[in-house]
Amino acid sequence: MGRTMSAADLRRLGTGFMFIAPWLVGFLALSLYPFLSSLYLSTCDYSVLAPAVWIGPENYTALSRDPIFWKAAGNTVLFAMVSVPLGLVLSFCLALLLNAEIPARGFFRTVFFLPSLMPLVCLAVLWLWLLNGDLGLVNACLRPGLQTLNDLFGWHLSPPNWLQDPRFALAGLVLTGIWGVGHPMVIFLAGLQEVPRHLYESADIDGASRWQKLRHITLPMLSPVIYFNGIMALIGCFQVFAVPYVMTEGGDGPERSLLFLATYLYQHAFEYWNMGYACAIGLFLFALILGLTLVASRISSRHVHYEGA
Amino acid sequence: MKPFFHLPWGNLLRVILLTLLAVAFLAPMAWMVSTSLKPLSETMTVPPQWIPSSIQWHNYPDAIQAMGYFWRYTGNSLLLCLLTVAGTLVSSTLAAYGFARLEWPGRNRLFSLCLATMMIPFPAIMVPIYGLFKNLGWIGTLQPLWVPTFFASAFHVFLLRQFFLSLPRDTAEAARIDGCNEWQILWYTVLPMAKPVLLVVAVFQFLATWNDFLGPLIYLTDQRTFTLALGLQSFQSQQGGTAWHHLMAASTLVVLPVIVLFFFTQKTFIQGIATTGSKN
Repeated sequence: MGRTMSAADLRRLGTGFMFIAPWLVGFLALSLYPFLSSLYLSTCDYSVLAPAVWIGPENYTALSRDPIFWKAAGNTVLFAMVSVPLGLVLSFCLALLLNAEIPARGFFRTVFFLPSLMPLVCLAVLWLWLLNGDLGLVNACLRPGLQTLNDLFGWHLSPPNWLQDPRFALAGLVLTGIWGVGHPMVIFLAGLQEVPRHLYESADIDGASRWQKLRHITLPMLSPVIYFNGIMALIGCFQVFAVPYVMTEGGDGPERSLLFLATYLYQHAFEYWNMGYACAIGLFLFALILGLTLVASRISSRHVHYEGA
Repeated sequence: MKPFFHLPWGNLLRVILLTLLAVAFLAPMAWMVSTSLKPLSETMTVPPQWIPSSIQWHNYPDAIQAMGYFWRYTGNSLLLCLLTVAGTLVSSTLAAYGFARLEWPGRNRLFSLCLATMMIPFPAIMVPIYGLFKNLGWIGTLQPLWVPTFFASAFHVFLLRQFFLSLPRDTAEAARIDGCNEWQILWYTVLPMAKPVLLVVAVFQFLATWNDFLGPLIYLTDQRTFTLALGLQSFQSQQGGTAWHHLMAASTLVVLPVIVLFFFTQKTFIQGIATTGSKN
């Protein structure tokens, strides 16, 4: 800053800092310091019990050759790539269905929203039971349908043993997550109600079809909300931890199909006390989230329409 | 509301579709409650039956008994909720006021920094934070779970700032001319108008604390300091997935306060969530 501050500037700076002081202390001690410390510790051999010893980029080279790490990274990316679009489409469709003058609208909204309030541990315990291979409700619903198909076509389909089967475990987790789409749905619904009526009215005069109105009015007007929900879901999915941790009782599922970056980080930090390595995984996770958010904002700057901007 | 028979066909189709979806969304919760009221043998029937032959209310006291420290877990969770709600209300309100209603050099740059911290995933920084609390001798106590909320949360600062920016400034100006200082202006002119957003922040923080799992998992070492979420997980892993009627009763008890809170604050709550995604 080139200019010198006047006495009045200084006084205003002082008052401002007094108000933001709690945040500033928190920022320094609980964000900036841990972040820089994490950067440094990722180049160290560190177990919390003894002082850190600098070892250079060794953790990162070990990471790049660690097949379990790549499995965790692959699972995390796959989970996000399936869950985020699926969740966005479903929550958007629910919001579209609800955005009309229908009876019991508030009741429907509450029903779709409630599951998203479930504490993650309850959610995991409940879905562990729902996805139980023999006794679970999900398979009880699937069985008659599959039986009909078997009878018709002479197939031999049986419902999967979801979380015990490496081919289906991730799908089971996606299903669990989909149940919580009520949160983005509420945000979409609020966005839909902000779209100016007159846009639809003039489209009606021009004889636009339902599909054309959705494509050319609703989607562009809602693009900032879609972007917001997408980014939030992405950040959430990349940090997935509690649900698979509870479902696997702290393990990583059959053939590591429920091992994610946050789980693997936790195992290294608090089970093997290999904290330098854990920090390296954490920074990889951070870089992944940052990179994808930047890509998303690059894409959005071309497609997201901000009214009046 | 129009009666059913006046509805155009499109809306009838809509209601049918919504009803089917609502059944699918309600089924898991109904199943949870149904299982929690069954005798153990009836949790294992194929195909499953929805209504227990006789309702087993005693599953609830039995589950509480089996969890061991259920009331301690509840007390710990409630205490943490109280402290974290108080902490975030005080600290985030002050910071948001400083960012929204005061003019000072460097303010906008610092606020961008505040927003940027929301991008850092907790797992990426939890090792140094754990080390910090270890040096303070706080591991095994509840302190790492509530003290940080007294240093403001970026998300709540953001929410409150949005609201403070939208408030009219004339009352504050009048108070300033009358010689009120900034603390008095905040207390007497801004806060009385900010009750809805303060409630939203309080409810969000309550839920975050009640639901938190990773924090208690890494900081708490003694069963008697566990929160309900951690206690439920530890109960589940002891059971090894057999006593489903007890597990579902325990889960129902953990969800119940959240549902009650939701029904009491429904309107504010839904509006609060809606504003987080608003483009303004």
